[in-house]
Amino acid sequence: MTTTVHTPDHAHGDDHHDHHPHGLTRWLAATNHKDIGTLYMWFAFIMFLTGGVMALCIRAELFSPGLQFVRPELFNQFTTLHGLIMVFGAIMPAFTGLANWMIPLMIGAPDMAFARMNNWSFWLLPPAALLLMISFAVPGGAAAAGWTLYAPLSTQMGMGMDLTIFAIHIMGISSIMGAINIITTILNMRAPGMTMMKMPMFVWTSLITAYLLIAVMPVLAGAVTMVLTDRHFGTSFFNAAGGGDPVLYQHIFWFFGHPEVYIMALPAFGVVSQVIPTFARKTLFGYHSMVYATSSIAILSFMVWAHHMYSVGMPVTAQLFFMYATTLIAVPTGVKVFNWIATMWKGSMTFETPMLFAIGFVCLFTMGGFSGVVLSIAAVDIQLHDTYYVVAHFHYVLVAGALFSLFAAVYYWLPKWTGFMYSETRGKIHFWWSMIAFNVTFFPMHFLGLAGMPRRIPDYAVQFTEFNALASVGAFAFGIAQIYFLFAVLLPTIRGGAGPAPAKPWEGGNTLEWEVPSPAPFHTWEQPPSRELVDKLAAQQQLH
Amino acid sequence: MKKRASWSFAALALGTSLSALADYKLNLQTPVTKLGEEVYDLHTFLLVICSVIFVVVFGAMFYSIFKHRKAAGHKAANFHESTTVEIVWTIIPALILVAMAWPATKVIIAQKDTRGADMTIKVTGYQWKWGYDYLDEGISFHSRLATPQEQYENYEGQKPVRNADYMLEVDNPVVVPVGKRVRLLLTANDVIHSWWVPAFAVKQDAIPGYIRDTWFKAEKEGVYRGQCVELCGKDHGFMPIVVNVVSQEKYDAWVGEQKKLMAANQDDPNKVWTLPEMVARGQKVYDSNCAICHQANGKGQGAFPALDGSKMVVGPKADQVHLLLKGKGAMPAWEKTLSDTEIAAAITFTRNSWGNKTGELIQPAEIKAARSM
Repeated sequence: MTTTVHTPDHAHGDDHHDHHPHGLTRWLAATNHKDIGTLYMWFAFIMFLTGGVMALCIRAELFSPGLQFVRPELFNQFTTLHGLIMVFGAIMPAFTGLANWMIPLMIGAPDMAFARMNNWSFWLLPPAALLLMISFAVPGGAAAAGWTLYAPLSTQMGMGMDLTIFAIHIMGISSIMGAINIITTILNMRAPGMTMMKMPMFVWTSLITAYLLIAVMPVLAGAVTMVLTDRHFGTSFFNAAGGGDPVLYQHIFWFFGHPEVYIMALPAFGVVSQVIPTFARKTLFGYHSMVYATSSIAILSFMVWAHHMYSVGMPVTAQLFFMYATTLIAVPTGVKVFNWIATMWKGSMTFETPMLFAIGFVCLFTMGGFSGVVLSIAAVDIQLHDTYYVVAHFHYVLVAGALFSLFAAVYYWLPKWTGFMYSETRGKIHFWWSMIAFNVTFFPMHFLGLAGMPRRIPDYAVQFTEFNALASVGAFAFGIAQIYFLFAVLLPTIRGGAGPAPAKPWEGGNTLEWEVPSPAPFHTWEQPPSRELVDKLAAQQQLH
Repeated sequence: MKKRASWSFAALALGTSLSALADYKLNLQTPVTKLGEEVYDLHTFLLVICSVIFVVVFGAMFYSIFKHRKAAGHKAANFHESTTVEIVWTIIPALILVAMAWPATKVIIAQKDTRGADMTIKVTGYQWKWGYDYLDEGISFHSRLATPQEQYENYEGQKPVRNADYMLEVDNPVVVPVGKRVRLLLTANDVIHSWWVPAFAVKQDAIPGYIRDTWFKAEKEGVYRGQCVELCGKDHGFMPIVVNVVSQEKYDAWVGEQKKLMAANQDDPNKVWTLPEMVARGQKVYDSNCAICHQANGKGQGAFPALDGSKMVVGPKADQVHLLLKGKGAMPAWEKTLSDTEIAAAITFTRNSWGNKTGELIQPAEIKAARSM
C-alpha cells in the first residue's frame, strides 16, 4: 500500500534518507514499520477473505435443511478453521498492522523499537497460515473441534490437530513479539512533551492490548501444548482415566479466551475514539475516563472467564461470582459508548466513510452489548449457551466491532498510506451494503438461538428453515461487499483514486500523523516533532 | 409478560424488515417447568430493560446525528468533560445491573438445588447417541436419531419429504411421569456432550469421567424435544433428545413394558453361537453402532477407514478384538458400551460380510477372555 512515488510538493525535510531495497527484498527483509504494517494489513485481508470463503461454505450448507454440499466432518473443519483464521489470521494481525503503521507516526517516533524483531514477528505468520491450510489435505482433515479446541474432542483428531497446535504456537510467538515491540515503542519513544495522558486513544488501547497479549498468549500456548502431550506423549491432563479433568482445559482456554475478546475489541475502541472526534470536529469527551474504562475492562477481563462455561456444572457460588463479575464489565463498556455519543453531541458532524463505519460500529457494538448483558445472566445463559444466539452475539461484537472499526481505520488513514483519496461514493456504498447485509445475516440468528437451534450443526429441524435461508442470503451479500471493497475501493485508491491527498485530509484531525506529508514518506520523524507542535496539538485535543 | 416479549421482538424485527416473518418462532420455547417459566420471565425482563436503554441511547445518538451536523449548520461546542455526568452514567448502569442480578441470583440458586428428587436417571453421552439408565427401576436403553438417512443426505440433489419432527426424533424416548422431580446424573463415554431440553430450561454438559447433576419437574404432559449442544464430533448435529412426559399410570405401564423387553433382549453370555446366527446378530450391532462412520457398505468415508478388505478386519482377530475394546484415535473404546456378545457379533459380521470371507466365528467367551487380559 505504501508507494515510493513522491511529488515535489510532498517533499519533507527528512526525505533525503529515502532509499531502501526494492523488489522482493524490500518485503522479505523489511524493517521499516510502514512496510511491515502494510504486510500485516495485506496478510490480514487475505486471511479475512479465506476465512470468509469458509463462512460462505457453512452458510451454503445451512441454506436449507438436509446435507447438500459438505459432509458433517468437513462442516466441522470449516467452522473450526473459520474461527481460528478470523481471530488469529485476520483481526489480530490487522490491528498489529495498524499499530505498526500508526503508532510511530502518532507518537512522533522514527520507527518501532525493535525493527528486526518486527520483521520476524510478521514473517512467522505466513508459515502458520500455511500450516492451517495444509491441514485440510492431511489424513483426517483439518482440526474439527471448534476454534476452542475443547479436549477431549481435540485429543481424538488426526494430524490436522497437530498442525493447528503448531500453527497456534507460531502465531502466539508472533503476537508476543509484536506486543513487546508495541509496549517498548510506546513507553520509550514518544516525542518530547507527549506524556502518557497526552497520547492518542488508539495508542493507549494498543498499549493495553499489548499487555493483555503478553499475559494470555502463553496461557493458550500452555493449553494447546497439554493437548499435544495428551495426544502423543501419554500425559492425562484432560483425561479422567489418567487423573485429569476435561473441564480443566476449558478453564485454561477461557482464561486466555476472554481477554482475547478484548484483545480484538480494545484497539477497535481506540480507532473509533480517533475517528469520531475528527468528524464531529470536537475533542473526545472524557479522555481520562476512556483511559480508565479501557484499563478496568482489561483488568476485569481476567476475572470473568467461566461465563463461557455456565453449563459445565460449576458450584452455585462460582456461577454467581462469574455472573456478578461479568455484569460489571457492562459499566466501563457503557461509559465508553456514552463518551462516544457525548463526543458527537453538539459537534459539527460530517459523515465521510470512516465516520459511517465508526457510527456503525457504535450501533452494532451496542447491540452486541445488549445480547452480552442477556448472556451474562447465568440463569438465562443456560437457555442460550451454545445456540445461535451466542453466534449472533459474538458476530455483533467481532464483525461489527472489530471489523467495522478496521474499515473505519482503513478509510481514515488510507490517504496517509497511499497519498490518494478513495472514492467517497464507493466508500459509502461499501458501508451501507456491509451494514445491511451484516444485519440480514446475523440478526435472525438471535431468533434461531432463542427458538432452540444449537450452534455448530450441519443440519437442522425444519422450523429453522426461513431464518437460516435469510442468514445465508445476507452472508453472501456481505461477502460480495468485501470483494467490492477490494476491487472498487482499495486497489483503485492505490492507483490514484480520487486524486492526491493533502497532508491533512480531515478538517478535524489533530494528531501527529497528519503533520507528515501524504503519502507518509518512507522515513518519518527522524527528527522528533518539536515540543511546540506536540503542545499545540495536545491543546487542540484539550489534553492537559 | 410473554405477550410483551414477543411484541418487543416484533419491534426489533421491524428494524431489519423481518416483520413479514412475525409468524415464525421469535422467542424462547414455551416453558413447561416452573424454573423454565422463571427463566422465560427473566429473559423478558432483561429484554425490556435493554429495549428501554436502546431507545434512550440510540435516541440520543440519532438526535445528535440529525441535529448536530455540519450540513445543518451546527457549530461544534467546546465541552469535553463533565464529572457529574460521568459519575451519573457510571452509577445508573451499575444500579440497573444490580436490579438484573438480584432476581437472577434466586433462579440460579433454584437451578443448582438438586435435592429432594422423586426419581433419578443417569444420562450418558456417546458419540453419537444418548444412553439412559433409570437407576430406581433398573431400566437401560440407548436413544438414537430416528430420522432416516435418506431424508438428510441429499448430496445428489434429492428433495425428500421430511418427517414433521425431522432431526428431533429418536428411536427410544425418555419417559418420565408428570409433576415428579426428576434428577439427572450426567456423564459421557468419550468426549463432552451437553443435554438440553429447551422447554425445561435444562442444559447440562455431560463430561467423560465425571458426574454432573441437574433436575427438572415437568408440569404438563407432552413430547419435548432438544439436542446435544456441545460439539462432540462428526454427528454432533444428529443426536437429539426426546422426553415424553406422561401420567403416572402410563409411566408405570411403560416401566413394566421396558422391564419385559430388557429381559427378552438379554443375551445368554454362555451361549455358543453358530456362524449364521452370529452374523445376523452382528448385522444389527453394526447397523446401530458402526455404520454411522464405516458406512453400511463397509466402504468407510473420509477419515473413517473402509472395513471391506481392511487388513485389520481380515488379519489376526486378536488385533481387531483389542481395537474394538480399547479404541484408537477417532475409534471409540467399546468395552463399556457393548456386551461380549455384541462385540463378538460385530467382529464376526465384519469378517464375513462384503468382500471379507474369513469364515471365522468369534464367540462371546473369547471377548470375555480378551477383556481380562
